[in-house]
Amino acid sequence: MEFLKHQIEKIKPHFEKGGKWEKHYYSFEALETFLFAPATTNGIKGSQIRDAIDLKRLMMTVIIAMVPCLLFGIWNVGHQHFLATGQAAAGFGDKIWVGIVQVMPIVIVSYGVGLGIEFVFATFRRHPVNEGFLVTGMLIPLVMPPDIPLWQVAIATAFAVIIGKEAFGGTGMNVMNVALTARAFLYFAYPTDISGSVWTYLGDAKAVAGYSGATPLSIAADAATTGTNVVGSLNSFGAGWNEGVFSFSNMFMGIMPGCIGETSTLMCLIGAFILIATGAGSWKIIVSVFGGAYAMGLLLNLIGGNAFVEMPAHYHLVIGGLAFGAVFMATDPVTASQTETGKWIYGILIGVFTVMIRVYNPAYPEGIMLAILLMNVFAPLIDYFVVSANKKRRLQRATV
Amino acid sequence: MSAETAEVEVVEKKSEPLFSKKNKKLLTNPLDIDNPITVQILGVCSALAVTTQMKPAFVMSLGLMIVTASSNVVISFMRNSIPSRIRIIVQLAIVSLWVILVDQILKAYVYDVSKQLSVFVGLIITNCIVMGRLEAFAMGNKPWPSFLDGIGNGLGYGLILMTVAFVRELFGAGSLFGFKVFESMGVRYTGNGLLLLPAGACILVGIVIWIQRTLNGHRESH
Repeated sequence: MEFLKHQIEKIKPHFEKGGKWEKHYYSFEALETFLFAPATTNGIKGSQIRDAIDLKRLMMTVIIAMVPCLLFGIWNVGHQHFLATGQAAAGFGDKIWVGIVQVMPIVIVSYGVGLGIEFVFATFRRHPVNEGFLVTGMLIPLVMPPDIPLWQVAIATAFAVIIGKEAFGGTGMNVMNVALTARAFLYFAYPTDISGSVWTYLGDAKAVAGYSGATPLSIAADAATTGTNVVGSLNSFGAGWNEGVFSFSNMFMGIMPGCIGETSTLMCLIGAFILIATGAGSWKIIVSVFGGAYAMGLLLNLIGGNAFVEMPAHYHLVIGGLAFGAVFMATDPVTASQTETGKWIYGILIGVFTVMIRVYNPAYPEGIMLAILLMNVFAPLIDYFVVSANKKRRLQRATV
Repeated sequence: MSAETAEVEVVEKKSEPLFSKKNKKLLTNPLDIDNPITVQILGVCSALAVTTQMKPAFVMSLGLMIVTASSNVVISFMRNSIPSRIRIIVQLAIVSLWVILVDQILKAYVYDVSKQLSVFVGLIITNCIVMGRLEAFAMGNKPWPSFLDGIGNGLGYGLILMTVAFVRELFGAGSLFGFKVFESMGVRYTGNGLLLLPAGACILVGIVIWIQRTLNGHRESH
């Protein structure tokens, strides 16, 4: 560490005003503050809220919270691959290796493209490199199917960073969650590669007899049209090659096909614990998204209609990407509501809309992405009403 | 559409050359600093709807140019005899005449394109660019400058339409004017579905505005 610091101090003058690489000062500064916390602090005037950590340290906390999801996802990609190709006896190491070969290129492409664009914009606009992409770059791979073509990851990342963020003015200015913008881009631009039976990495190997790439959501949607019991179809799915993959406990653990990082509700909850314990994420949003989805599920059970509507409400919490979205996407401090009351409204509506889109809209099997993007747009409006309600209440109390 | 009319001062005594500096400006300004779509933000609706392919976009731009220029000329001739209280309905009658003419010609000679454009040719009548030019220019200027203004705005509209349609057709469907570009080069190309959706066109128009304003330094005046 001392050696690294010494080297950085040595080359620093080149980048400062008058040095030969003056143009690239902000690229250098980004690297320096990434490695070491800056020595400068805010002056006595100006900011009212102070904290010991800067934005880069906060972002790293979020990345640490995502590590359980990533590691589990890597193992799960390999595990599902061997199950689907009928080699259930494969060892732990093999599974991890298959997972790493599939997942790491996506992570590298996402970071490479995203950071590249950030550095170019920072150099042209002469401002410090934004920290925001540290988290976004990890979120994007976690919400991709395991065998997504890498060029699509690159295009989606570029689109999300340029249109979703830089067009609005960079980190802290974006209206919509950047990682979800990338996913929404792929969803509408190349729908065949991100929906249907793409959730298990098969590679060149032949799928086992009886294999089906169906997801819990597609099974539930089918059950709605055929009128069979959803829980029954889920439990009997995979007989012969992957028995019980969609049982409730298994779906909670997340040992099932899906996006790389989103399958495991348990790992998302561990991440949520880290976020809440360190204060990086709002517990109100996480709780209210789960609560909203559960309440909407219960309400639909009461109304009834078809088999999907009557699916037990707690199933909604473990299928699809609800847990991952609730913990890592909805809590994004830039795009979520800022007021405390607003956070409850924002979270509950995300949960409600997710379940509504799942159950009633056959075109979009999973609703969490669209629900969060929709509420991102409404978050400032929610804040506005919360603030004006507060003003009104205080004005009534005031005696003039 | 504001009611105010931009008066171009016309020197009565000396006859002006047909393509004086001022008149040339009428043609070139709408291409860049006074573009109907990217600066005045008019006619965006049709720009999103007809630009999935270049052919309909081209026909649409041509149609709008003819309608704007011709109605500008007619209104300019009539400008001193139109009672201001009923001027909008008079303008509408003139515009609809030209729109019906264009629509009938399209139906007669390029039926398939006319079907693709569906209601949008008919909707030229409500296109803000046409009404905007009538109100803002033709009502206060002589026929020849009005004609040039109509042609210029039609060109500015067409320029953006063709740019957007070029990107959308090339990267959305991999073709240009129906000619499969990537296939003929032997490259397998996966079409980008987002570009074929109206939302993709809206983003593209936004990017065009971004690039244009970076290049010419235009800023909204508050």
